[in-house]
Amino acid sequence: MASGNSHEKVEKNVGLLAVLILLAISVGGLVQIVPLWYMRSLTEPVEGLKPYGALELAGRDIYLRESCMACHSQLVRPFRAETERYGHYSVAGEFVYDRPFQFGSRRTGPDLARIGGRYSDEWHREHLLNPRDLVPESIMPAYPWLERNAADDGTIQQRLRALRTLGHPYSDEEIAAAPAALEGRTEMDALIAYLQTLGTAIKAQR
Amino acid sequence: MTEFTSDFWPWFIGIVSILSLAACFLFLVWVGRGRPPQQVETLDHGWDGDLRELNNPLPGWWRWLFYGSLVFAVAYLVLYPGLGFFPGTRGWSQEEQYRAEVEQAEGRYGPLFERFAAMDIPTLARDAEARKVGERLFLTYCTACHGSDAGGAIGYPNLRDEEWQWGGTPEAIVESITNGRVGVMAAWQEALGDDGVREVAQYVLSFSGRATREDLLAAGKEKYEMACFTCHKNDGKGNQALGSLNHTDDIWRWGGSEQAVETSIAKGRRGVMPAHGQFLGSAKVHLLAAYVYGLSKQP
Repeated sequence: MASGNSHEKVEKNVGLLAVLILLAISVGGLVQIVPLWYMRSLTEPVEGLKPYGALELAGRDIYLRESCMACHSQLVRPFRAETERYGHYSVAGEFVYDRPFQFGSRRTGPDLARIGGRYSDEWHREHLLNPRDLVPESIMPAYPWLERNAADDGTIQQRLRALRTLGHPYSDEEIAAAPAALEGRTEMDALIAYLQTLGTAIKAQR
Repeated sequence: MTEFTSDFWPWFIGIVSILSLAACFLFLVWVGRGRPPQQVETLDHGWDGDLRELNNPLPGWWRWLFYGSLVFAVAYLVLYPGLGFFPGTRGWSQEEQYRAEVEQAEGRYGPLFERFAAMDIPTLARDAEARKVGERLFLTYCTACHGSDAGGAIGYPNLRDEEWQWGGTPEAIVESITNGRVGVMAAWQEALGDDGVREVAQYVLSFSGRATREDLLAAGKEKYEMACFTCHKNDGKGNQALGSLNHTDDIWRWGGSEQAVETSIAKGRRGVMPAHGQFLGSAKVHLLAAYVYGLSKQP
């Protein structure tokens, strides 16, 4: 009984069992994940995409801190119903400077992947202070403290340097100038600056 | 396959996938090899006296489910792109599916939009079907600022009345939607001082009979006719070409309380209508303009 013997061999030899399990479960990752690191459309920025500036990056961190992703996705899927409402569907090359991604999977509020330029800075300010001033039906919370907190918490240069080690092309001058870009700006300014850049690398209608 | 940085990857994906399917198949054959079902094989460990571990092959239905999933996998990889080096016999791609969906919708709605495009805006504004489509468009694209009832909000114009900041002709509405508008009121705090701001505010309110300090009106008028007339004119009626507001209609774009009017004068205001031409395309702009035009013409 060859199968009986082998069964015993595998079951009683933890090392062999581990190797076989590893082999079985790594196939999916090997063919589905590893090649993605070598795909141009995933690793190269779309034309015109720039890494976030200091103020936008500070705003992005506020977006993360306030968990905007819990209610707003940042991914326009390639369905007509979505591109009619939001604009061109999202492509991977738009997100190469997003660490981590804010794709999200839940839309309690609308998708924000192409929010940049859709509303004025003033609109965003009023809307973040109290959404119901502008959209009476809105259930979005108000974020009044953004207006009171300074955008610069003293770590912006560290954050830029950390991203540079991951391959975001920040120059020494940009890093040196970062605190000046945040000088006198509030978290509100930073968040709005971030929102206004979202999705603007692709201008086409759809 | 220029998608990858090296030609190695498509082949890697394909070969590893095929090998793993083949390995699964061989494994299933191996574990299911003919053994009489009545013969029970026992592994030689037991617990609690009589608890034994049997070494039986998988039940047939279970094994056939595995075979079935292999057949599905092979069929899928033949039809759809999954092997890296082979795009699948159906030539499917996400982009192609999207294009087909859009094309189908254009075939369905294209003639409708063509008919609308051929009608002028005042006619379109009376067309029931066009109004229905226009309303859907308005609810999708315009309500964040102008409200779901088009009634606006403080800082965002009401589109239901017949007073227009930038003009209410069909052409002006199309222009507002297509290229957007930026209306800027300068800050007058420094030039006028606290008293001056209060006086001018009273004078502005007096155009619609709402002044509360008659004693300030004379001074307010003098300053208004020095500072404000270039945009708002001496009669306070404003100028639609500049988007400067009409002060005489008792409609308050930025709030009509004394405090709001004083803030407008002291700190200035900036109203932005973003350009929508590129995003919406001319057919939708035409229809939206007709809807908005029609809103103000309703009985």
